[in-house]
Amino acid sequence: MSEVKYIPKSKLAKWFDSRLPLLTLAHHLQSYPTPKNLNYWWTFGGILTFCLITQIITGLVLAMHYVAHVDHAFESIEHIMRDVNYGWLIRYVHANGASMFFLAVYIHIFRSLFYGSYKSPREVIWIIGLLIYILMMATAFMGYVLPWGQMSFWGATVITNLFTAIPIVGESITTWLWGGYSVDNPTLNRFYSLHYLLPFLIFGLVILHIWALHVPGNNNPTGIDVKKNSNETMPFHPYMVMKDLLALLLFLIVFLWFVFFAPNVLGHPDNYIEANPLVTPSHIVPEWYLLPFYAILRAIPSKLGGVIFMFAAIFILMLLPWLDTSKVRSAVFRPIYKKFFWVLVFAVILLGYLGAKPPEGIYLILSRLATAYYFIHFLILLPLLGRYEKTDPLPMSISDPVLDKPGVLDKAKKAASEYEGENVGSFK
Amino acid sequence: MLDHLNKYLKKIIISILISVIPFSVYSEEKNIDFIKNNWSFDGIFGTFDRASLQRGYQVYKEVCAGCHSMQHLSYRNLSEKGGPEFSVEEAKVIASQFEVEDGPDSEGEMFMRPARLSDNFAKPYPNVEASTAANGGAYPPDMSVLAKARAGGADYIYSLLMGYKEAPASYELDDGVYYNEYMQGNKIKMSEPVSEGIVEYSDGTNPTKDQIAKDITTFLVWASEPHLETQHRMGFKTIIFLIILITLVYMSKQKVWSRFGPKTKEEEEDETFDKVEKVVTEYEGEDPKTFK
Repeated sequence: MSEVKYIPKSKLAKWFDSRLPLLTLAHHLQSYPTPKNLNYWWTFGGILTFCLITQIITGLVLAMHYVAHVDHAFESIEHIMRDVNYGWLIRYVHANGASMFFLAVYIHIFRSLFYGSYKSPREVIWIIGLLIYILMMATAFMGYVLPWGQMSFWGATVITNLFTAIPIVGESITTWLWGGYSVDNPTLNRFYSLHYLLPFLIFGLVILHIWALHVPGNNNPTGIDVKKNSNETMPFHPYMVMKDLLALLLFLIVFLWFVFFAPNVLGHPDNYIEANPLVTPSHIVPEWYLLPFYAILRAIPSKLGGVIFMFAAIFILMLLPWLDTSKVRSAVFRPIYKKFFWVLVFAVILLGYLGAKPPEGIYLILSRLATAYYFIHFLILLPLLGRYEKTDPLPMSISDPVLDKPGVLDKAKKAASEYEGENVGSFK
Repeated sequence: MLDHLNKYLKKIIISILISVIPFSVYSEEKNIDFIKNNWSFDGIFGTFDRASLQRGYQVYKEVCAGCHSMQHLSYRNLSEKGGPEFSVEEAKVIASQFEVEDGPDSEGEMFMRPARLSDNFAKPYPNVEASTAANGGAYPPDMSVLAKARAGGADYIYSLLMGYKEAPASYELDDGVYYNEYMQGNKIKMSEPVSEGIVEYSDGTNPTKDQIAKDITTFLVWASEPHLETQHRMGFKTIIFLIILITLVYMSKQKVWSRFGPKTKEEEEDETFDKVEKVVTEYEGEDPKTFK
């Protein structure tokens, strides 16, 4: 870190800090230099931390009342909803919290894609972030099984059945995952155990994610490097803390609107029917945040192929820092990449929409097209763009875009030409 | 650049809306338009009509309870705030009309006794299998969370109750199967449960078919979301609180950030001038490639 070395003031503090540098850490977190041009898309990191902590705290309380048994799980959820003091509030915060967590993480990921935050020297931050995302999906999936409604049961059946597609060992793996020959009580128990464990792994990875961030520092909307400890950065506290807080509160309005006024809109009504292994719902759909991957899974005609493509869709992102060879980070200065970025956003949202539809007719054709685009985007377009795209000139510093303001530039040019006595129109 | 970002912001917000709306309705079951009613419990200020809830309970008891259980409700819920709000005495009387199994006693025998406030609603059948067998192979679903377990919620239940029709001539119906406009596949094994005068309301309300259907629907919505009124009240207060807090935090944030600007126009121009000057100085006698 290129910051000023921190020396505690009091003797006691010095004594303690030389043995366990918590005070140095606190000072670092407070004075951590952040680019002053960060926009509100950069506030989602803080929002995500809030989401994780909210999920852990509400989950902790729910775990005190939940019973992980096929005969009692559904009933215990109703007990929480009806009899536990503010149990309905805690459960609705937890259930909608998962959706909000994913909403925020998708914005966070697409922000990174837009501004090239995954590029050197931030590859490790990006990869840890993806690991967090994968664990989030696993955690959310297992959490959705716990209420033991129809979608819980059949979702679990469909997803765990995917592993049977693996040649030779597939069947054994699935049996091992289930703890039996179908989704049953042992499955519910282990999912509960893992659902409790994984958030703490996520928490650990979040610490690494932030640690890895604090080495190179934040990217910023221009994508160019900032000079630390210059007037281009400001200390994290109070500037970014205030801005993050404001963004978090705005986010909370959306979050709590769902909790209080539409708590079940993001879920499936069938999950209020207790699981019944003898009755299959007409359409089995996962939660909305998994739908794009579900659409990819079903777009491929073979089961094994579908599974491979679905996992590839996630793991391909790990290679992104090396697939995207452009030296310019921010899409602001990449006119062609910018267009493809929005096509990608559209393709992913389209896949999400198609994931909720039956895989037939036009829906199937569209999901194949969107899946094809998804892979072409990362495997073909990005490497080609890195080589052939003509990028816009980069500003010299993050505060430079001020030159774009009409009038200012002319005036400056005029002043400069007076100063030099020659035409400086070629500057732009 | 700000304009750009604004544009993206709009795009993303619109995209999110587009993406969230279709999921919320899981559209394949939405081909049928349910009858829309103005329910008193709809909207952010929605509350239940107590009289309607009390009548709804009467309909449940006299019409539905013969086949449908409501096992997640307790008799005490009937006297709790936000519900039908029978008095505690009334709820005790209601409970005592039902027999529930208790035990084992000191001899090891199970025995029947009148229900108490703390007991769950008595079930018409001991288990799902018995219930299915007694109803021609179709299990009458437990109604505790029925309103949340059906796409369309209250409107669906009301529509279903009002949707019994003569089957079209081309339609073949087996014995014990009925035609319903709003049922998936139009076939339902429940005979038309609600008709004019099927209950005689103790509060003197005219028991039209529409009235009965509305009352039982209201009762079922409350049953599936017994804390709905608290939820709405608390939600409204929370949002107001957040708006006030956001205003304060916004002002504090502006105050804190003002140490870094915003700069006056003149300061900005001066800075730009300095930069251009610096560039010009660097430009002289240097390789122009360094610009990039």
